[in-house]
Amino acid sequence: MAEKKYRVVHYLNQFYAGIGGEDKANMPPLIKEGVAGPGIPLQQALGEEGEIVATVICGDSYFAENIETAAEKVVEPVSSYKPDVFVAGPAFNAGRYGVACGASCSAVSKKLGIPAVTAMYKENPALDLYRKEIYIIPTADSVRGMKEAIPDMAGFIRKLGLGQEIGLPQEAGYFPHGIRVNQFVERTGAERAVAMLLSKLKGEPFQTEYPMPTFERIPPSPAIGDLRSSTIAMVTSGGIVPLGNPDRIEAASASKFAEYNIAGVDDLTSDAYQTCHGGYDPVYANDDPDRVLPLDAMRALEKDGTFGKLYDLYYVTVGNATSIANSQKFGKEIAEKLKAARVDAVILTST
Amino acid sequence: MHLELGIIKIKDVQFGKETVIENGILYVNKNELIALALQDDRLSEADVELARPGESVRIIPVKDVIEPRVKVNGAGEPFPGVIGKTQTAGAGRTNVLRGAALVTLGRIIGFQEGFIDMTGPGAQYTPFSQTNNVALILHPVAGLAPHAHEEAVRLAGLKAAVYLGKACRDVAPDELEVYELTPVTDATLPRVAYVHTLLSEGLLHDTYLYGIDAKKILPTLIHPNEVMDGAIVSGNCVSACDKHTTYHHLNNPVIKEFYRRHGKDLNFIGVIVTNLNVTLADKERSSDYASKLVKLIGAEGAIITEEGFGNPDTDLMMLCKKMEDYGIKTVMITDEYAGRDGGSQSLADAVPQADAVISVGNANEVINLPPMKRIIGDLKPAEVIAGGFVGSLTAGGGLNVEIQAIMGSTCQLGFGKLTAREY
Amino acid sequence: MVHVASIVPISLTVGANRIVPAVAIPHPLGNPELPEQEERELRLNLVKKALRALQVEVEKQTVFEE
Repeated sequence: MAEKKYRVVHYLNQFYAGIGGEDKANMPPLIKEGVAGPGIPLQQALGEEGEIVATVICGDSYFAENIETAAEKVVEPVSSYKPDVFVAGPAFNAGRYGVACGASCSAVSKKLGIPAVTAMYKENPALDLYRKEIYIIPTADSVRGMKEAIPDMAGFIRKLGLGQEIGLPQEAGYFPHGIRVNQFVERTGAERAVAMLLSKLKGEPFQTEYPMPTFERIPPSPAIGDLRSSTIAMVTSGGIVPLGNPDRIEAASASKFAEYNIAGVDDLTSDAYQTCHGGYDPVYANDDPDRVLPLDAMRALEKDGTFGKLYDLYYVTVGNATSIANSQKFGKEIAEKLKAARVDAVILTST
Repeated sequence: MHLELGIIKIKDVQFGKETVIENGILYVNKNELIALALQDDRLSEADVELARPGESVRIIPVKDVIEPRVKVNGAGEPFPGVIGKTQTAGAGRTNVLRGAALVTLGRIIGFQEGFIDMTGPGAQYTPFSQTNNVALILHPVAGLAPHAHEEAVRLAGLKAAVYLGKACRDVAPDELEVYELTPVTDATLPRVAYVHTLLSEGLLHDTYLYGIDAKKILPTLIHPNEVMDGAIVSGNCVSACDKHTTYHHLNNPVIKEFYRRHGKDLNFIGVIVTNLNVTLADKERSSDYASKLVKLIGAEGAIITEEGFGNPDTDLMMLCKKMEDYGIKTVMITDEYAGRDGGSQSLADAVPQADAVISVGNANEVINLPPMKRIIGDLKPAEVIAGGFVGSLTAGGGLNVEIQAIMGSTCQLGFGKLTAREY
Repeated sequence: MVHVASIVPISLTVGANRIVPAVAIPHPLGNPELPEQEERELRLNLVKKALRALQVEVEKQTVFEE
């Protein structure tokens, strides 16, 4: 018999493993030798090349209630089997199962460096949580799609197991991670642009190189109650920092934000403050930093009682080529600090 | 308008007693060039160094790159309205030192520019690793105001490029490129236009059209030959990756590709230049006006190119939407700022009509570059230029930076072959 | 939170719910062409507008033009 080329460990929930239904949904992870449930047809599809050496089984509720601990408890036994590939599911449209599959794959992939793949329906809420980190293959919305899911999963496992290159999502058949990767191609951008325009004019199909992004919508916060007793803080993406940019916030692609104390300061002047933002003409902001961070106006309105208090600290970063991911991180951290300090509202200025 | 570009191919650059071209080698009289630069008493010091393709050389910090040219016959001088007399460019014969470039450097004003690696992994990201570069290093007098400093360096660079260009006035060209919008008789060929947006946001982000600050223009019609013959000059110094150097303006690849296909599968009817200003009202006004011009000249389709990123994405989207609303089919060329992991939204603005986008790459991609044997300029600015960060300078003079810092790496005229794909 | 920024379309695209249009990119709360006193008044009025916006209940993204 030919030697198996790669070893696989399979993750299933309690239902697909044949252990029980909702009554067993609280069972902690266990690992057993060989295949179970959908692992049987999956092994058949892998044929002589790959072997599912073990199956990890865990209850959906157990996992959902302790995602991190459960994932760790999956990683441990998996490592002892030293698989080449880890596969979970298919989860179809089951939310808790999808999360368990996604989280297990993610943990195994990150902690053990083993390639991982799972499969689920496009509307499974777990998809957006894990698609960036692991391979997720599309399936139908229910177990009726098992017949198609198995060969799709087997094909992918095989590629991973044999160390073959996984190409573009559309070709290889997985949900795009959503990661933009640079590549050099044959034609210049201008040549491709003219070709695309001619196709568009002729009504021929073409593929955009960048589909328009969608941005998150956040529900509006309630209006502040009584302005006269409120504490307001200032935040800016315009790069206004103390002279010399002591925390070295970058002129573009900022990797950080900073916090500075303005207690007792009534006005930002060019001898004490500057802009470090590299994306706009700095002359006006350097001349009078209040033009970007309106401290003088805020002090005036604090003094005449229009609002209660100007928070002693302000927050600054540079919004120039700074990624959305970083900006979201900074925003969350700043918001947490301001909440802890019981600030009532923020004026955010941008350039 | 009939323009002939006499292409003189340059394969090497050397210092020499006189500035001449012999057998495809550009010889440069260093002292003469320095004296020329220092005619502007706003500049205190100047130096010249040479860099050739394949050499282990890093040029940093770079302000502009200009292709040396000279007007052989026909009206006008190179860079009309800036250093040349104001006459319409785009006709007659202009000789070009193809394969040569004048590169300006100097001490940082504000947040400086980019760099060029002549060899190694960074070389493929810039067209200027393929040119024989004459690097002009310029220092301002003490206390010079930033606006004056930028202007002094810009003018010195253009004058130097023309000085080098003059060396080929009487040299027989290796090739002749002819540019003329011959009348198209085939009425089935689609009528297409090019909407060329110029960055115009203030110090270090300016562009000049016949010497006029693009901030002040209303969008206008221009013949493609005028663009190819020096009507547009760069005063823009931020984010090396997607600024259009004067060299890029002179060699606009969208114009070249439209010309290549003119009369064959399209009818290239014209170019509209517009600006990228800093107020919402200006953005609305310019995009309204430019779109209307495209409609007035009867274009069925248009390519829009961008310069810069961030708020100019709004101009790009406004132009797209307004032209599509007129029934004009559009394609846009843009780069992306998707974060270092490539996982963030790449543009600051979006409209559903933007369904035909050419991406020239994610500017935030980080690249690790080895040290070069020779530095022209100064390596220290690497940590403060756009795309650089604390720690960008690695042991022995290597660079760990975003490709944002490399000259022309994501030029949104579609000059290069970089793109980004979704994985 | 209220976002004081000049390029309102971007503010809308990225999801700010209270937006006050500012003067220009390099000087959102200033105008170097104005004499000092007028410029300070301009800034004061913009900040007042921002503070007023914070006191208004909104159901969706709202640009406070006046």
